Amino acid sequence: MRESRLKLTAGFTSLLIVSAMFIVPFLWLLRSSVMDLSQIFIMPPQWIPKPFHFENFKEALTVVPFGTFFKNTLIIVAGVLLGTVVSSTIAAFGFSRIKWKGRDMVFAILMSSMMLPGAVTLIPSFIGWKELGFYDTFYPLIVPAYFGGGMFNIFLLRQFYMSIPQDFDEAALVDGANYFQIYWRILLPLSRSAVIVVALFTFLASWNDFMGPLIYLKSDSRFTLALGLQMFQGSYNAQWDLLMAASTAVVLPCVLVFLIGQRFFLEGITLTGLKG
Amino acid sequence: MEISANTGKSVKTVARKSSKRERKALFYGLLFTAPAILGFIIYTLGPMIASLYLSLTDYNVFKDTTSFIGLDNYVKLFSGEDDLFYKSLGTTFYFVILRVPAVIIISFFLAILLNMNVKGRAIFRTIIYLPSIVPAVAASMIWLWLMNPDLGLLNMALNWLHLPTSNWLFGEGSVIPSIVLTTLWGIGGTVIIFLAGLSGIPKSYYEAIDVDGGGWYSKLRHITVPMLTPTIFFNTIMTIIGSFQVFSEAYILTQGGPNNKSLFFVFYLWRTAFRDTEMGYASALAWVLFIIIMIFTVFVFKTSKSWVHYEGEKQ
Repeated sequence: MRESRLKLTAGFTSLLIVSAMFIVPFLWLLRSSVMDLSQIFIMPPQWIPKPFHFENFKEALTVVPFGTFFKNTLIIVAGVLLGTVVSSTIAAFGFSRIKWKGRDMVFAILMSSMMLPGAVTLIPSFIGWKELGFYDTFYPLIVPAYFGGGMFNIFLLRQFYMSIPQDFDEAALVDGANYFQIYWRILLPLSRSAVIVVALFTFLASWNDFMGPLIYLKSDSRFTLALGLQMFQGSYNAQWDLLMAASTAVVLPCVLVFLIGQRFFLEGITLTGLKG
Repeated sequence: MEISANTGKSVKTVARKSSKRERKALFYGLLFTAPAILGFIIYTLGPMIASLYLSLTDYNVFKDTTSFIGLDNYVKLFSGEDDLFYKSLGTTFYFVILRVPAVIIISFFLAILLNMNVKGRAIFRTIIYLPSIVPAVAASMIWLWLMNPDLGLLNMALNWLHLPTSNWLFGEGSVIPSIVLTTLWGIGGTVIIFLAGLSGIPKSYYEAIDVDGGGWYSKLRHITVPMLTPTIFFNTIMTIIGSFQVFSEAYILTQGGPNNKSLFFVFYLWRTAFRDTEMGYASALAWVLFIIIMIFTVFVFKTSKSWVHYEGEKQ
């Protein structure tokens, strides 16, 4: 399609303005995180700190045990990642590569759970975990990932599996392979990029989860980064320098993971078949 | 005779073989999907039924007492005895009505911009997507700071432009629009879905308009919008469902304040269940929310027949 020069210039300029608006909060976060309070309060505001106060990070991350929060978050995220990748690929295989009676109906019923507001299942799930004695442990946050790994992920992987020609399986079955071998030897290696997409989405969702840890975790020593940051805000609410340093530390891993896996994201959305 | 007998025999063998194959497929199909099906029963279906039952009791998890009270919770909700119920409902509706059109319209136009063949397109895409991966807690911290009435960047900018400043999250009138604004920063996911939709529109359609001498507006009106209606539909449903359930922002930014002006429904539900430990009553709240979201979703689905255009379908 031809796009006139004028139109491209207008588009470029608009994007420049919008991008500036999207990036300013990040800049404001970063500059506040390396200033001391007196610098923060200077009017008109300074964008480049003079001098840089990198010790804010050290202080912010030690007054509250962020190391422990970091470790807890890692344990939960790793557990959820493993469960989700294993169980969603297996389920997607069963919903796409094996033709069994009632398959599409079962899939449709399971998909309906995506529309369900989480608030409806929240209270009984909480009561269930509490009665089983798992309140204030990581189990309620990790174990569900091993049961399907979320319908969105299954849906995404199923779309991908269905785009792979079925002939592979037929040939393998004739050669005496079983379904597990087809899953392990053929489908998994072919769907590497889709699995990476699922892993990325899962990492971010688990890292960013706030309500889950808020409800199931009680002791400070078991808090995640998200909860810890919120607690930190409660006790240091006027210490904007430290608060911004702590926030930067929570945001950074997400941004890094995103930048590394970036090219897979758009691909992932395209995979879901959500094109016109 | 011989031939037909033979055929009959082989048909039987084939039938037996195929039914054996079918049974094998059913067995393995169920085996592979068993964790997901179990998960659905344990984490969705079971809790849903339990929640419906709980909503008919005055269950208190910390005191561990339960008694069946029939529809009393629902009567209390709708009789007006609990004025916070209507207040939180109104607040949430206001938020949804403000946020859903804003998200859809802005992300639609951002996607169109990002789909243009401009220099640095990849960088623009990254910048606009990036905020959507920032954890809600951290994003809320950043916005609390940006919207600080005395020292925040937003009021400084307004001052500098000689415009009236705002109390943002601390003003009764401005709190909901302010929260909408903070969530617009994380619009990237919706933009990307629109982008994927845009990439599925064949270029030849636009060329046809070029040939006809049509301009920018007629392309938007006659191709882009109609071709994107399935994506608009999907994004609208997901944004409605998400907006009704806003929680983290309310919890961190305002705790429902000032003067309960940002008492979102799910925040009120959480407070009732986990702070006041009235889990029966909170379950009734959850079911009311469920039914409201269902009504909205069904409504959008019903109207979709008249405005969503699927390719390959006869008009």
